[in-house]
Amino acid sequence: MSREITKSPKGIAAASAGASQAPALDFGRAWDYAPALEGVSHIKLQPRYGLFIGGAFRAPRSDKYFATVNPSNEQVLSEVAEANAADVDDAVRAARLAYEKYWSKMRGAERAKYLFRIARALQEKARDFAIVETMDGGKPIKESRDFDVPMAAAHFFYHAGWADKLDYAFQGRRARPLGVAGQIIPWNFPLLMAAWKIAPALACGNTVVLKPAETTPLTALLLAQLIEEAELPPGVVNIITGAGETGAALVNHADVNKIAFTGSTEVGKRIQASLAGTGKRLTLELGGKAANVVFADAPMDQAVEGIINGIYFNQGHVCCAGSRLLVEESAHDTLVRRLRDRIATMRVGDPLDKNTDVGAINSKMQLDRIRELVDAGEREGATRYSAPCALPSKGYWFAPTFFTGVAQSSRIAREEIFGPVLSVLTFRTPDEALEKANNTMYGLSAGVWTDKGAKIFWMAERLKAGVVWGNTFNKFDPSSPFGGYKESGFGREGGRQGLAAYVELDG
Amino acid sequence: MTTRKETVEVANGSAHGAGVIAKATTDEARLRVSKTYKMYVGGAFIRSESGRSFQVKGSSLESSADPATVNIPLGSRKDVRDAVIVAKAAQEKWAARTAYNRGQIVYRLAEVLDARRGELEASLVRAGATATGAAREVDCAVDRIVFYAGFCDKIASLAASSNPVSGPHFAFSVPEPMGVIGVLAPPRPALLGLVSAVLPVITGGNSAIVVASADDPRTAIVFCECLATSDVPGGVVNVLTGLASDLAPQLAKHREVAGLDAYLDDAALRASIERDASESVKRVKTQAPFTDDRIFDERGGQGLTFIERFLETKSIWHPVGL
Repeated sequence: MSREITKSPKGIAAASAGASQAPALDFGRAWDYAPALEGVSHIKLQPRYGLFIGGAFRAPRSDKYFATVNPSNEQVLSEVAEANAADVDDAVRAARLAYEKYWSKMRGAERAKYLFRIARALQEKARDFAIVETMDGGKPIKESRDFDVPMAAAHFFYHAGWADKLDYAFQGRRARPLGVAGQIIPWNFPLLMAAWKIAPALACGNTVVLKPAETTPLTALLLAQLIEEAELPPGVVNIITGAGETGAALVNHADVNKIAFTGSTEVGKRIQASLAGTGKRLTLELGGKAANVVFADAPMDQAVEGIINGIYFNQGHVCCAGSRLLVEESAHDTLVRRLRDRIATMRVGDPLDKNTDVGAINSKMQLDRIRELVDAGEREGATRYSAPCALPSKGYWFAPTFFTGVAQSSRIAREEIFGPVLSVLTFRTPDEALEKANNTMYGLSAGVWTDKGAKIFWMAERLKAGVVWGNTFNKFDPSSPFGGYKESGFGREGGRQGLAAYVELDG
Repeated sequence: MTTRKETVEVANGSAHGAGVIAKATTDEARLRVSKTYKMYVGGAFIRSESGRSFQVKGSSLESSADPATVNIPLGSRKDVRDAVIVAKAAQEKWAARTAYNRGQIVYRLAEVLDARRGELEASLVRAGATATGAAREVDCAVDRIVFYAGFCDKIASLAASSNPVSGPHFAFSVPEPMGVIGVLAPPRPALLGLVSAVLPVITGGNSAIVVASADDPRTAIVFCECLATSDVPGGVVNVLTGLASDLAPQLAKHREVAGLDAYLDDAALRASIERDASESVKRVKTQAPFTDDRIFDERGGQGLTFIERFLETKSIWHPVGL
């Protein structure tokens, strides 16, 4: 801590030295909670899942399967099929047939009722979905239970209502569906991303082939089961599992009209390049390196909670995570001390424990990536602080961490870490805050903390980001369009604006 | 070039002081002053930094001073980069104006265009249009500018939303311009195609770097003379002349160019700029040039969808509470 103070200008360091040198909070044994594990005995996963094509599960033509593991204990949960090009072709054919035979001919009001049915069934089975989501992905049960699954149901419910109101959504223009949408989603919010993709596509009259991420396929397969039980016409939703090759086969399939991808900027660029000249429509929701700007006049209690939520929510596996904290210089030392105290109280451990704040890192690969960037941060001279928590011996874990004294040019200030790692930078004027906040090729989200309303709007107008949270962070809603500026992708998901990604308009 | 055969009566008491009445029949021409065609960047008419040019041929006309063959600047990749710097600076100021002000400025452009219709029509005819075809094209171009002028202060009402989120938050979404947009204007119709591509871009608050039709770059430059005498600030619309195959890749690769709207016959070039654009996740829309039926049509050739191509949506949240 003293090292951080010496890096601050002298006057400011002297003024806040008293606060900074206060002893760290000591909770002693009072902070130990008894385990509060979510029961899993009733969860019956199949040992092996096939591909959901044309309304039924079937074995893959590839004859190949791969394991999906629980990242908190490295145990195999199930095996899922690896779809090859022939399987992808089957899925696209099924989607095309369903588009022509049922879905494009169905009245919007009827499509709506199917989507409402999915939303309701998801609410009814919410707890099971939450448990499987946590087992397969490592996220805390309180997040999957209170955020991922209810929000997924909300997306189906919201978009259901649009299915028969597209004439109102695009007044004066006629909206036509695109056809077959190929959708590829990441592992950070597996079920929620499936809902973000499937619900608007179906509402607008398209049929879909969805590929979940290879490390988190289970909730999408449970969703396939639920869709089968909801008796959607066969082929309207097809869910195929696999890794990059499966995704590439879907992207490059000649009979797909639209690709929607959420994932890394690197892969997004490759997809955009491979669609060149094909006439296929594309929306991309890619990486981020969001600035969370804290002015000295901010409501600090709320700001601390917002910063914590902004970077440690879902282990920082969030494309819009507030991973760059820009703090006004005069507030730096106090805020850093409070962050240090706050992360000392975070509970890292078994994701199925209802008290857990930070769960397991999603995969070994992602853990390696986080470690690499954190090492780079240390090598580049930033000061690291990691929460003093015990990490389980099995599984993939990373303690909540932040860096102070981070340079704009540092890798940890420029590259997306996608883990529970925050970079703290300072600024002196609003113009400097803005300059630093926008000095990135990303532009997905940003946060502003200040008690001055006019300053919030001044910043919000100028921040180059698709979502700006004022005195809050990481808030989502199906009615609020979400998506990026610049290399964070294009197109929006959610809201009336999000429908445009799945229709062709006539003027 | 027009040669005029004139019969001149030189009257008694002329400057020469000859006290005779002379009737002189002469074949001597008064050579009209033809125009040097230049590109339009940052509100100034400039030559290509490359010093190169290409030639355009057209029919001679009574009403025109141009010879049958004229030289047009051959824009270079460096010209594109220079234009981006100018367009970037202009865009921020353009977007900062009120929508009402932008609407008046765009409307003023329509006024200037209508006043210069003779010159625009002559230019189109020189490039091969019929007189009635040229008149129809200018009519439609002026009307299209008027259409977009009135759109400047309507976009936000139509594209923004108040978002009824489930929680104690005030949440709304607003459209914003993307920044600098590259436009590859269709070869034909040279004026209406350019106007139809550029106007939705600037109506949304973006600035544009346009590669004019190589078939008829002169009309694009006459259009620039309209821009220069309208109130559209310099740098908001920049027009380069040259070959799309030279300039399009540079526009597609440039990181400060946020989007690209390309009307090109060459499908291979369309695909290659889409590929180039992916390196910076550019918002790129390519298409074959529209048919006349479509581009002259009030539904097919204009509309909110054209504006929305180059708008971002920004969603803003704030808690509500005491």
